[in-house]
Amino acid sequence: MKSFTTTHSSDPMSAPQSVDNGKQPQNKLQQHHKLSTNIEDSPLQVQGLTVTYQHQPVVQQVSFSLAEGRLIGLLGPNGAGKSTLLKAILGLIPSLSGQVKVFGKPYESQRRRIGYVPQRESVDWDFPTDALDVVLMGTYGRLGLFRRPGKNERQTALHCLDQVGMADYAGRQISQLSGGQQQRVFLARALAQQADLYLMDEPFAGVDALTEKAIITLLEQMKQQGKTVLVVHHDLSTVQAYFDDVLLLNRQLIAGGAVEHTFTPELLQQTYGGKMAFLQGNDQQGILLAGK
Amino acid sequence: MSSDFWILLTAILMSASCGLLGCFLILRKMALIGDAISHAVLPGIAIAFLFSGGRDSVAMMIGATLLGLLSVFLIQWLRSSGVQSDASIGIIFTALFAVGVIIVSLNARNIDLDLDCVLFGEIAYVQWDTWTWNGTDMGPRSVWMLGFALMAVVILLMLFYKQFKLTAFDPALAAACGIPVMLFHYMLMGLVSMTSVASFESVGAILVVGMLIIPAATAYLWTDRLGMMLLYSVVAGIASSVLGYGAAYVWNASIGGSIVTTAGVLFVLTFLLSPRHGLLLRKWRQRRLAA
Amino acid sequence: MDALWMIWTDPNMRWIVAGCMLLGLSSGLIGSYMLLQKRSLIGDALAHAALPGICIAFMLTGVKSTVGFLLGALIAGAIATFGIRWIAAHSRIKQDAAMGIVLSLFFGIGVMLLTRIQHSGDGGQSGLDKFLFGQAASMMREDVYMLAGISSLLLLLCLLLYKPFKLISFDAGFARGLGWPVARLEQLMLLLTVLVVVAGIQAVGVVLMSALLITPAVAARYWTDKLSVMLLLAGIFGACSGFSGTFWSSMVTGLPTGPVTVLSATIVFAVSALLAPQRGWVGKSLRQRRARQQWQQGGTAHE
Repeated sequence: MKSFTTTHSSDPMSAPQSVDNGKQPQNKLQQHHKLSTNIEDSPLQVQGLTVTYQHQPVVQQVSFSLAEGRLIGLLGPNGAGKSTLLKAILGLIPSLSGQVKVFGKPYESQRRRIGYVPQRESVDWDFPTDALDVVLMGTYGRLGLFRRPGKNERQTALHCLDQVGMADYAGRQISQLSGGQQQRVFLARALAQQADLYLMDEPFAGVDALTEKAIITLLEQMKQQGKTVLVVHHDLSTVQAYFDDVLLLNRQLIAGGAVEHTFTPELLQQTYGGKMAFLQGNDQQGILLAGK
Repeated sequence: MSSDFWILLTAILMSASCGLLGCFLILRKMALIGDAISHAVLPGIAIAFLFSGGRDSVAMMIGATLLGLLSVFLIQWLRSSGVQSDASIGIIFTALFAVGVIIVSLNARNIDLDLDCVLFGEIAYVQWDTWTWNGTDMGPRSVWMLGFALMAVVILLMLFYKQFKLTAFDPALAAACGIPVMLFHYMLMGLVSMTSVASFESVGAILVVGMLIIPAATAYLWTDRLGMMLLYSVVAGIASSVLGYGAAYVWNASIGGSIVTTAGVLFVLTFLLSPRHGLLLRKWRQRRLAA
Repeated sequence: MDALWMIWTDPNMRWIVAGCMLLGLSSGLIGSYMLLQKRSLIGDALAHAALPGICIAFMLTGVKSTVGFLLGALIAGAIATFGIRWIAAHSRIKQDAAMGIVLSLFFGIGVMLLTRIQHSGDGGQSGLDKFLFGQAASMMREDVYMLAGISSLLLLLCLLLYKPFKLISFDAGFARGLGWPVARLEQLMLLLTVLVVVAGIQAVGVVLMSALLITPAVAARYWTDKLSVMLLLAGIFGACSGFSGTFWSSMVTGLPTGPVTVLSATIVFAVSALLAPQRGWVGKSLRQRRARQQWQQGGTAHE
């Protein structure tokens, strides 16, 4: 059993390292990527998660645990199973094996503490509803099946819309929002869930620079409030600026840990295979190009 | 004996042309458009009946083909104006079919076209509904109509096989290659309408759909090559016709219904047993892989 | 006017009109949800699949009993929806083709059984072919009671479960993330659809039942961007179509109810598609023209 232990960036011993117990030194399937010092109350602890699609493994034996109050990027090439992993954690698709613990308890009992931002394309934006109404859906979890959202919920939803800078669009039909605005509405809905752990599926996909900036500012704020945010991300050039920790996924978890030690040419090469060229800039900053 | 012969010949002609066209409908993901067309030709037939004052085959062919194309056009128009494609199909075919039923019911006294026949067909009586030309009896009318439809299908498919194949596989590429995609689209739709109306009287409106989709889907599970798929589809269609006719004879049930049911049984068997895509075999292979 | 008065005074007529309006109302409601979930044609498959169910129920019991038909159609509908999903999930055949296969196969079996019943010359079979195009006049008091029961159940559930139904239709993944029993709720919606379809077959018939689910819902969508208003409008449009269908078919001899009801709904749809202020065709083209004119004027002014 081999496991990566990476702790917070302040820790001098934070390089992704292997603790080898003598058996099978490179058995990747058994790796546990520990981003948290204390597994017991880690906001999200995943153990041996395997997902198959039509009997083909899509995500294999993934294990990791997150540290609280951090922004974590989930990276990997197309088809690496990033969205699948997120959905499997949330129980949206069945997993073959593995267990998920949220704040040290089984996932099912902790649903209220999880907020989810699906990919924007996953819903029909021509649905007859307005922006405020979509955000109100974030309060549905607390309300249960039957109770209607009241004044309090409306207030919360408006506040959340305001936080993403969309208060003026509350009554706008959602198909009349731009892609970036739709993404912000989705984020506002997640905020309205008032969760402690957030899972976001490519929130930066197809949004303009301004929205991207607004979103990352919001994520920083959430982090300040002690929330943990796991984000599926594609743009390697912004990883170092945005995230505290990264998880590198390509069907299996390649590595996990603090950005400065995990986001390295070697590990990226492993994750992206031959598709990756790494150019070292003269200011010590890596510029990454994902080529064919 | 001769009655059996004519019925079987009608069924075989029908299943051959349906089988050929069905492959393209399946591959272009337009199975339900085929369904819509086969319903929408009813008002065309009814109107042709009113105008020609009788079962004039040519008028019926023209009327139905026009209505079939109109329905495709309307569906596309609705779709482009933002209505979901499923819903557009549902709205148009039910509306046109309703118009057809109303025309038929209002003119029940003038029109010798009964609704049961529209739905189930009267393949058992093909032999007596003959086409008289210049005073000579030329044989059953349905056989002539279906034969003509099949000929048109085969000739056009042979002439433009390449183009049909490419437009089915990748319409964007086809358009980039300079193939008039819309022309071939409407040509296919026209052929489907024509086949629908020709098959109408023998198997009925709803069962045409079955013969368009089911044998083609069966063939789709047998092979990965378009040429073979066309062949298998025709074979599956003909086999359903022959076996279905036998079943109808044994159980004293509707011939059209039996043919489609047989086609369905063939599909289910293929679905479970086909060497490449069959469910059982795949399961078995997986188990061996896992072991 | 006389005709309307006749409907009002003739108790039998009154029942039938009430039944058809209730049917239109419920199918408009549940049809809206089906439309928003992109499952419009599932009603068509369910209606076609109901035919063999009804025939088998008749063959087993030997009588025309509404409850028996309902049960038979329900079971057949369940098998059909399961079959569609099964084929689409376990082979390379796409959803639409799977639907076509199941729909025509079930109908083929239904036709086979129907002819068998007819050939066997059973005394009570005469009413069965009414199921194909519907004949509201053949509805009995008992059928209207059933329709009323189904409609009230549907209305009640739609009111109670407005919020979950809405969320599931918009973003089922999110609802699942909340831990809601999404699959159960979806099945419930499907079950309600089957109930409406089966209840409606007597009035509109197998072939045209799907129109009552789809057309009023699409028409309603043209007028509003709010789900609650859309549901209300779809219900009203459906009820109006039901009324018009029964009215005209009772006025003109030989006119079947189903096609007239469907045609009424289609007319409502056509009017909506043309004239609805925001999304309608006329409004859209007018706005487009105005924008073009403004642009041209602006363009020449600048030059």
